[in-house]
Amino acid sequence: MQEGTPIIEFKNVNKVYPNGTVGLDNINLTINKGEFVVIVGLSGAGKSTLLRAANRLHDVSDGEILIDGQSIVSAKGKQLREVRRNIAMIFQNFNLVKRSTVEKNILNGRVGYYPTWKTIFGLFSAADKQQAAANLQRVNLGEKLYSRADELSGGQQQRVAIARALMQEPKIMLADEPIASLDPRTTMMVMDDLKKLNEELGITVVVNLHSVSLAKQYASRVVGLRAGKLVYDKQIGDVQDGDFDEIYDGKNQEVKEA
Amino acid sequence: MNTIPKKSFAQKWHVKAIVWTVIVLALFIASCSVTGVDVGVFLTGFNQFMQIFYEMLKPDWSYVPFTVQPIIQTIQMALIGTLIGSIVAVPFSVLAARNIVTNPAIRGIIRFILNLVRTLPDLMLAAIFVAVVGIGPMAGVLTLAIFSFGMISKLFYEAIETIDMGPIEALTAAGATKTQVVWFAVLPQVYNHFLSYFLYTFEINVRASTILGYLGAGGIGELLQRSLGQFRYDRTAIVVIGTFIVVVVVDTLSNQLRERLQ
Ligand SMILES: Nc1ncnc2c1ncn2[C@@H]1O[C@H](COP(=O)(O)OP(=O)(O)OP(=O)(O)O)[C@@H](O)[C@H]1O
Ligand SMILES: [Mg+2]
Repeated sequence: MQEGTPIIEFKNVNKVYPNGTVGLDNINLTINKGEFVVIVGLSGAGKSTLLRAANRLHDVSDGEILIDGQSIVSAKGKQLREVRRNIAMIFQNFNLVKRSTVEKNILNGRVGYYPTWKTIFGLFSAADKQQAAANLQRVNLGEKLYSRADELSGGQQQRVAIARALMQEPKIMLADEPIASLDPRTTMMVMDDLKKLNEELGITVVVNLHSVSLAKQYASRVVGLRAGKLVYDKQIGDVQDGDFDEIYDGKNQEVKEA
Repeated sequence: MNTIPKKSFAQKWHVKAIVWTVIVLALFIASCSVTGVDVGVFLTGFNQFMQIFYEMLKPDWSYVPFTVQPIIQTIQMALIGTLIGSIVAVPFSVLAARNIVTNPAIRGIIRFILNLVRTLPDLMLAAIFVAVVGIGPMAGVLTLAIFSFGMISKLFYEAIETIDMGPIEALTAAGATKTQVVWFAVLPQVYNHFLSYFLYTFEINVRASTILGYLGAGGIGELLQRSLGQFRYDRTAIVVIGTFIVVVVVDTLSNQLRERLQ
């Protein structure tokens, strides 16, 4: 991954929450196309804050964030929505619409490609419905297409969320502790799914994780945050076992094993 | 060691409860004397009531066929009024919900309108609409529409404020417009609430529309008024029985449906 075409660039990014908490402290970070970046750090280090700034689920206080060369900080309206369309996100709590079917949830990932009125009348193209089913099969849940989302287990819901994210045909996949509420076996499935997207579809993946061992197993690059600052950034080949003490500030390595 | 916190003086002697009881009693006595309510009148009135009640014990069953049409009209009025009011309430509820509309000015204006609408008594609305659109079911429908609007919009925006925000984030992150977010992430979460409130309001409206007819706003209430005016208490009895049956049937059905929505 050394060729290095930047796809996400944080330039002097600061984020101070309205209550005065410093979320991000002068972050400079360039993520290249095709990387599988794992962000580690203690609880409260600013990992979520960083990811949510990248697709502007919240605004930063100052600094610039470029997505594929385009500023998302200053994007507005349709322009912002089009940038977001290229960035899929999966969440710790899956964030599915529980009362809707799996198919509807997956199609939700596609609404950015349609004018509002068409989606309201449910006028999704046959090709997109086909694609929704195909994406579900990709995560091995093909038979659940018409189940209600709340009938699925946590691991299954997270994989539906991945299928939904794929509907965006994203260039970037952000995942904020995607496995924190899953058991070890489903954890592997979800992480393997992400790895496959990265390798087979060339999607750039940025994942927040609490588990150092998972980070070492899946990442191509590990980034460490502490108290809003970027304190660590290495390609996976250069990562040493002792490094994590530094990130975790001398605390227990496996802060929270997933 | 657990120590039980000490009650303050006010808590120990139930000061609050005593003060409120005194205030309510004082208000009751004061308002009786101001409005000239004489408890004695109730007693003489009671005799007359017994007289009417006695006549009502001999219902004029031949009157039944004449009540069918007005009863159907009453239900139709309630249904159409509830439908119009609740559909119009949806966009207002969304705009009034704290977790959807972050702009306090817009929310404030919408909530002010909703509060205003709710303060209008339905009988006054009926009187106004009878004056404006004339005697008939149209006045009833408009009254019930506005009443339903006021009621459902409040219940509904409170329901919206309790939804899971996760799907909203997910849709926003996928590049959805605000309308798409509301349509795909908000409404599916409160759809059952909405149906439940609709049925509940419909129940109330069936009851209310029997009274609205009394003001000339259509439905079974008109027969109530006519029979009372003609001192045909045997017919009044039929109207009362009919109303009772309708209300019980509608309440039961709606309750069962609502339970299933839980
Ligand atoms: N909405 C908010 N308002 C105020 N402060 C916040 C808010 N969200 C997060 N913070 C604070 O910002 C800091 C960074 O939080 P963030 O959620 O990014 O941490 P994190 O690294 O994701 O932690 P975790 O591993 O627990 O998810 C923390 O101190 C947190 O308390
Ligand atoms: Mg977090």
